[in-house]
Amino acid sequence: MKKLAVPFLATLAKIVSGATVRWIDCEPDDCQRIYFANHTSHLDALILWSSLPKKIRTQTRPVAAVDYWHSGPVRRYLASAFNLLLIDRKKIKVHNSPIDMMIREIGTTESLIVFPEGGRNPTGELREFKSGLYHLAKKRPDLELVPVFIDNVNRVMPKGEFLPVPLLSCISIGSPMWLESGENKNQFLERARHAVLQLKET
Amino acid sequence: MANLLSQLSSMFEFGTLDSRTIALVFVVLVSLSILLFIGQILKRQPESNFDPAIVRTFNKRVSAWLTIFVILVVTLLFDETFFFTVVLFGLVSFWALREFITMTPTRRGDHRTLFWVFFVFTPMQYVLVGLDYYSLYTVVIPVYGSLFIAGRIAFADDHKRFLERIAKIQFGLLICVYALSHAPALLNLELSTWNPDLIGGAGWEKWDGKPAGLLFFFIVVVQVSDMLHFVWDRLFGNHVIAPTVNATKSWEGLIGAAMCTAVVGILIQLTMRVTPFTWYGSGLMALIISVMASSGSMTMSAIKRDRGVKDYGTLVQGHAGVLDRIDSVCFAAPIFFHVTRFFLEDRVSQAPVIQDVAAFLVSNAPGFTCIY
Repeated sequence: MKKLAVPFLATLAKIVSGATVRWIDCEPDDCQRIYFANHTSHLDALILWSSLPKKIRTQTRPVAAVDYWHSGPVRRYLASAFNLLLIDRKKIKVHNSPIDMMIREIGTTESLIVFPEGGRNPTGELREFKSGLYHLAKKRPDLELVPVFIDNVNRVMPKGEFLPVPLLSCISIGSPMWLESGENKNQFLERARHAVLQLKET
Repeated sequence: MANLLSQLSSMFEFGTLDSRTIALVFVVLVSLSILLFIGQILKRQPESNFDPAIVRTFNKRVSAWLTIFVILVVTLLFDETFFFTVVLFGLVSFWALREFITMTPTRRGDHRTLFWVFFVFTPMQYVLVGLDYYSLYTVVIPVYGSLFIAGRIAFADDHKRFLERIAKIQFGLLICVYALSHAPALLNLELSTWNPDLIGGAGWEKWDGKPAGLLFFFIVVVQVSDMLHFVWDRLFGNHVIAPTVNATKSWEGLIGAAMCTAVVGILIQLTMRVTPFTWYGSGLMALIISVMASSGSMTMSAIKRDRGVKDYGTLVQGHAGVLDRIDSVCFAAPIFFHVTRFFLEDRVSQAPVIQDVAAFLVSNAPGFTCIY
């Protein structure tokens, strides 16, 4: 069932969003990566995931909030079908941090899709990034951090709507970055945020 | 000449396309292939006098036209009920509307209205055209749709730039869907043709051609007009019409293209007789089509300049830019449809009482009639 449903939904998302994928100074690669993107719509993760080449997306998991994806049978099914990595936003504790959980889950093969703004942003402006990306980069310096800018998906399906409008959207994937030595948290997060913003201009 | 052509082509008669239309298809495909060939030769000559950018545009356009014609001919070929042709135009409308709305800024409050526009009004228009409900498909979008859009946006509780938003969505729906749907609607027309040799009656008889030929004639004339406009602008364009809207479109291009297109229209009718028009009727129709097509391109240029995009194709990279190619078709289609319908729809039954411009022109121009 999932074998049929997942490619079907991925194709549907592609058709509805009319997404063009641009790889800017970056090539699809099956090395372990963290794709971080701006977040404006529920469809973001699905569209970004389905615009990756097939070989890569089978080992790429979007990170999402458990309180949203475990409410109701449809969401629960979708979460398991797309192999979402669910994080409990309410039970974040020092000894069980979501960063540790992510690192544990991806092992040495999988990649992640994260939205470091921490939630969907209705205005479309890019907010400050949460610190999770920094901690990931610090604990696993070998991961490639790939900035992604998702354009127009918020018009395809804005926050609070359940029916999509088939406008054309665009996914820009930029060149990978890493945590520089001697870079502090704020500097790094600002640089990461800037990398996403820069993709908007090109 | 006409006899030879029709004799040749009668060997290749297919489905909805009669021999005359097949002859036209043949001529168009051969001419486009020659243009494609010329374009390739120009591209390979780095020392030529032509601007490489113009050669590139030329090549791009010729291959786009070739694609359009091949798709249209293949769709029309065996489509007895015109189901696939209507679906084809419906999909083109859908895609054009998608490009239009993507380019036009809308607000969060327009979301549900847009859903209606995309998934209710667009399919409904083409269903009505397919079912040939003339009295409905001419009013559903301009009347019901326009009022609905305004009302639905008001219900969404967002008054910012209200009129502007309504106008944008209404205009997109009108141009991309309503106007374009008149092209496949041509297939529904029951047309008469003027035959001065007819004994008794007022000279009207049922047209023996196929409506697919009329649609094909229309598309060919629009594309010929676009091409001639391009050529005239490049060769003789001195007086630019509106430099801030479109830096290349000139008065010379507009008038020259309209005149030449009229000649092409006359030639097509005289050699292949694909339409129910008289030869001068065909020339006038081509003239109208050309002027409307140029207005369409200008209008779309103005919208694009206002939004600061050059082509709808570059709006989102990798897309073909459907709206760039069909803007002229959109403007010309409803006018061509209504003029044809006004003069030629079902004249046979009303023939004895007819006193209109067409009949007047024909009866007072005996010189014209000796052509047949």
